[in-house]
Amino acid sequence: MSLEFSAEATKKILALCERYPTRQPVVLAALHLAQKDHGHLSDDALQLVARTLDLPLAHVLGVATFYTMFRREPAGQNVLRVCTNISCMLRGAYDVLAAFEHKLGVKKGGTAGAFTIIEEECIAACANAPAVVCGTKYFLDVTPDQVDMIVDELRRHPRPESEVV
Amino acid sequence: MPADRTTRLVTANFGNPEASTLAGFERLGGYQRLRKGLGMKPENIIAEVKASNLRGRGGAGFSTGMKWTFVPKDAKVVHLVCNADESEPGTCKDRELMFWDPHLLIEGMVISAYALRATNNYIYIRGEMMREVVVLQKAIDEAYQRGYLGKNILGSGFECHITVHRGAGAYICGEETALLESLEGKRGNPRLKPPFPAVKGLFENPTIVNNVETLMNVPFIVDKGGAWFAELGVNRSGGTRIVCVSGHVNKPGVYELPLSITMRELVYEVAGGVWKDRQLKAVIPGGTSMPPLDADELDVMCEFDALMTDERIKPVEVRPGTRFDLGGGRPLRTMAGSGGVVVMDDHTDIPMAVWRIMKFYAHESCGQCTPCREGTGWLEKVARRVAFGDGKPGDLELMATIAHGIAGNTICALGEAAAWPMLGFLTKFRPDFAAKIKGAAA
Ligand SMILES: Cc1cc2nc3c(=O)[nH]c(=O)nc-3n(C[C@H](O)[C@H](O)[C@H](O)COP(=O)(O)O)c2cc1C
Ligand code: SF4
Ligand code: FES
Repeated sequence: MSLEFSAEATKKILALCERYPTRQPVVLAALHLAQKDHGHLSDDALQLVARTLDLPLAHVLGVATFYTMFRREPAGQNVLRVCTNISCMLRGAYDVLAAFEHKLGVKKGGTAGAFTIIEEECIAACANAPAVVCGTKYFLDVTPDQVDMIVDELRRHPRPESEVV
Repeated sequence: MPADRTTRLVTANFGNPEASTLAGFERLGGYQRLRKGLGMKPENIIAEVKASNLRGRGGAGFSTGMKWTFVPKDAKVVHLVCNADESEPGTCKDRELMFWDPHLLIEGMVISAYALRATNNYIYIRGEMMREVVVLQKAIDEAYQRGYLGKNILGSGFECHITVHRGAGAYICGEETALLESLEGKRGNPRLKPPFPAVKGLFENPTIVNNVETLMNVPFIVDKGGAWFAELGVNRSGGTRIVCVSGHVNKPGVYELPLSITMRELVYEVAGGVWKDRQLKAVIPGGTSMPPLDADELDVMCEFDALMTDERIKPVEVRPGTRFDLGGGRPLRTMAGSGGVVVMDDHTDIPMAVWRIMKFYAHESCGQCTPCREGTGWLEKVARRVAFGDGKPGDLELMATIAHGIAGNTICALGEAAAWPMLGFLTKFRPDFAAKIKGAAA
């Protein structure tokens, strides 16, 4: 199946192409947009990016697999990025991660319905550790007993990462 | 006059939502310094920045004005790139700076770009910072509408563009040459240096890469002069310093402070002391890549040179009795790094903390050079078994040997970033590791 970009994404890509001397630098933005339009980066989505920017498929695949935010598999609407790096760990991040896993019934890396849990590296919110980010929303100074509340809030008001691209 | 604890430059607008709008920023005096800068000769701005003793806030503390002079005089196309990839564990200032004061970054960038004669410029922002991408893009759109960005800025004839380039999850892209690769639409594999970016960088053109906080200081230097800025600081370091205090303190936070403040004052006065009435065990002074301080080493200033050279900080050892040599007989002590100060109390399981730090570097190694790719993996593996009580006799020596084998033998400084904290913790907290190994199956 041959995929297409949405009209909005096409417009963004064309505008970005004006900002660089060649098209190759737009590949990260195009991959973000393909992931937004199609949920994850299937082989067809990679083909689409390669075709749109006139790049070898191997190059696009190489880039897509280098960066952790690019997904080759579908994910939930809310990607919960739970930091367990040093500052967060010192203030109980592993308990927070465990509480999310328990609440959603899925281990880190996995997807349960509208949620994907990711054990994240430092998300630059260390002064408010433990920290969790979901799309544009930061949850700060999180304790395990707030996990129910956070999940409920995101059920009512999802924060898809694709909002941003 | 030296800065005191109430001096506010780059954090003056923290907590003030007005500042992130163009109208609000202008009411607070914003973009006046750009007007002033555009009336100066580019080389005079560079001279002021040099005189200011502004040092890079991204990690290495290199003189900003000096770096700017490395751009070849006859360069036709020059780029300025803002490093907003902030991902050094323990560091959380650039994100806050961009969120509260995005126009200050734009103003700093346009002035700096004018000084460097750079037309097409980029902010490389970490992919996970989604809220900040939105804030920045809105500010940039506003700045274009008002003529602070674009073709003929404020009638000066200077053309300047800023494009936000989103990363997609890779700590290594904070390293400046990996960042440039990523900007060019490739995998973030660091480049061999030399050539340095200032000579041959983005799209093969001379390129200056500066940290968010570094660039945000430039408007103040243009406004009040390099000498004024230098006087705010101490020794060869000008201005104030943002310090992010996290971990086991009562008041973690992002604080703008005089560079002369000591670690002890920082922990016990600014950050409210160690939590739960406990004792302090260790402090990481500048992000996890830097060797730690122990409780006896807190009277040193949080200034760049002091943390590298103050003899009250014990030198890092490769093995007991043998110092890690930075070259020329200079021992490695520690560095001010990114300003991420992580405090650990006396209940902290040090080997476990070190394992978590090693896990990070093993995960983030780009895999290009063998000592780093293999070495960070081994460090994580051995640190894990020590931390979880399965350590073997000889594991401490093994970790030190691996770390020593990485440092100095890699393309980029991620190798040192993994090796230094390992060697530093082993030097200063050896009994903590040894106790874990004794408790193991043996
Ligand atoms: C592994 C590694 C990661 C780095 N990450 C960052 C970063 O996230 N942000 C940053 O400003 N500098 C980072 N740096 C430092 C940059 O390479 C570069 O020195 C800096 O952006 C220069 O800006 P400055 O002179 O204003 O400090 C990193 C360096 C290394 C070796
Ligand atoms: S030191 Fe590590 S991160 Fe840096 S280039 Fe080598 S393998 Fe990559
Ligand atoms: S360590 Fe968790 S946000 Fe920095």
